[in-house]
Amino acid sequence: MIEIAEVVVVILVATLRAGTPLVLAALGELVTEKSGVLNLGVEGMMLVGAVAAIIATLGTGSYAIGTFAGTLAGLAMALLFGLLTLSLRANQVAAGLALTIFGLGLSAFLGLEYRDKPLDGLRPLAVPGLSDVPVAGPLFFGHDIFVYLSLVLFAAVAWFLARARGGLVLRAVGEAPEAAHALGHKVLAVRYAATAFGGAMAGLAGAYLTLVYTPMWADQMTAGRGWIALALVVFATWKPVRVLLGAYLFGGVTIAQLHLQAQGVAVSSHILAMLPYVATILVLVLIARDATRIKLNAPAALGKPFDPGR
Amino acid sequence: MKSLRIVPALAALAAATALAATPAAAQELKIGFVYVSPIGSAGWTYQHELGRQHLEKTFAGKVKTTYVESVPEGADAERVIRRLAQEGNKLVFTTSFGYMDPTVKVARAFPNTMFEHATGYKTEKNSGTYIIRFEEGRYLAGLVAGRMSKTGTAGYVAAFPIPEVIRGINAFIIGMREANPKAKVRVVWVSSWYDPGKEREAAEALIAQGADVIMQHTDSTAPVQAAEAKGVYAIGYHSDMSKFGPKAHLVASTHNWTGYYQAVVDRAMKNQWKAEAFVGGIKEGMVVMAGWGAMVPADVKKLVAEKEQAIKTGKFAPFQGPLKSQDGKEVVAAGKVMPDNDIANMSYYVEGVEGQLPKK
Repeated sequence: MIEIAEVVVVILVATLRAGTPLVLAALGELVTEKSGVLNLGVEGMMLVGAVAAIIATLGTGSYAIGTFAGTLAGLAMALLFGLLTLSLRANQVAAGLALTIFGLGLSAFLGLEYRDKPLDGLRPLAVPGLSDVPVAGPLFFGHDIFVYLSLVLFAAVAWFLARARGGLVLRAVGEAPEAAHALGHKVLAVRYAATAFGGAMAGLAGAYLTLVYTPMWADQMTAGRGWIALALVVFATWKPVRVLLGAYLFGGVTIAQLHLQAQGVAVSSHILAMLPYVATILVLVLIARDATRIKLNAPAALGKPFDPGR
Repeated sequence: MKSLRIVPALAALAAATALAATPAAAQELKIGFVYVSPIGSAGWTYQHELGRQHLEKTFAGKVKTTYVESVPEGADAERVIRRLAQEGNKLVFTTSFGYMDPTVKVARAFPNTMFEHATGYKTEKNSGTYIIRFEEGRYLAGLVAGRMSKTGTAGYVAAFPIPEVIRGINAFIIGMREANPKAKVRVVWVSSWYDPGKEREAAEALIAQGADVIMQHTDSTAPVQAAEAKGVYAIGYHSDMSKFGPKAHLVASTHNWTGYYQAVVDRAMKNQWKAEAFVGGIKEGMVVMAGWGAMVPADVKKLVAEKEQAIKTGKFAPFQGPLKSQDGKEVVAAGKVMPDNDIANMSYYVEGVEGQLPKK
């Protein structure tokens, strides 16, 4: 039996890892939805990103190229979705669901040859000296680069949406596209860019799964994380900080309940399995109790197609 | 317009050829397979797929097999089974416990089609079941774990607390305690047959708690990978998983359906098929220990071989007495063997399992 402090550190480190794919995918979807586009295809984009990443890494031997490939693959899927919904003005919900199903099948097909080729997996960064400090070492300095990247991206997205002019235009396009159009902003171009960013993030999240988290390819290995990311965006009322909190809370409670079981705690495993979902929903709903504030945060034009020629 | 007359003549010729061809095609036995998860490269479904490929090779030209993978248990399953029967498949294998009711329902609607349901217990006039005594493999795996573990603690990544999974855990710890009377096993339920991420986290949680042999009853290779990454041992299940953890993989308890499938198709082709409740294990070659790691010493392999022989000749069974449950009650008296029905409905832990069984 190892000490409580050690167990807590182990759980916290694992939480950051478990939450990272959710943070990446949810932040991307947040930006997409802030521009008024509802892309339900996150699971499909994650899977295609995941399989592209492992194929590229196995082919070139470089994790960097693999990560890039995964990101590009997600971006490509998102652009396909953008073409359907922004240029051809198809229904966004239907197109998003179709994208998920397409992604499921495409990734399985592309991954057929790669099912029994495990990878070594990207090693965590080892800052000499600092990583070995007890408690703080592994917690702050012992992670792989994706974890740090996700935190940097979170800061970037939060700053962009709140403070940058581009973020203001993005939010305007999501709230009142007609007004933005009247002011001369290219609504469709902004939405395309936001959708592409969302796809790139989802692809990056998928790449994380196959290159670091469980370094191998297996059909449908995202196991619903894309849907959880989608739900997180809504429950977080489209605020980046709450998305981060929700992602780590969900990941953390999942890890904690597995550790509790391993310890032999006498709570039904069914209840423990529900815990991540219940805890995340509870916390986020309590934070965002004010119904008016929720309405103010939801992009008013979410899911509605915009026709610039009208 | 003479050229136009050629067309009907050609059509008649084509039709005649087709008709001539059909009697030969009609001799072919059409067989359908329903899989619960993706085939992948290891796991429960992969082993069934190996069985199907064996049929294609052995009965080349005389059978035509189809499969549908990733069919969820429930209403979808019924739709798929029904469609396979409607498409002319005369023999349908449904390879998951949750297909039990759909299989029986469709069997009643298609009395001339033969159905075989894996791991279930409901039969019809034209629907049989086939169960594998995988607990024999679990027991042998436990022996290996007991001999190789340095901490005496094993970690078990399990899916759902159903009798079949509990049975596996119990057989495993019985074997492990035979090799090491102080051994114990800790169980983590991931509430999914297949979620590589969660399986890996569960394995790591168990390793953090001191387990140095990881066993699983889930469908991905993630636990083996996790063990490899952390430098502990692992035991594969369903298939040889050594590729995913060459330094960790001690052995795998694998399922071999090729012999059984061949026997069933043989009987079907001779019109001798009957619906029955088949149970097979090591003796019938359905449970095979494979993928031995280089780190396993020869005397451990010898011990396993001896026990395998004892099981084959009926001298030994994993659930024979004396056997106590986790709370100290005697469930099998010395000299007796647990009856099949009790084995099938096992819903308690035996001595050596740490932690409580989740209430249903």
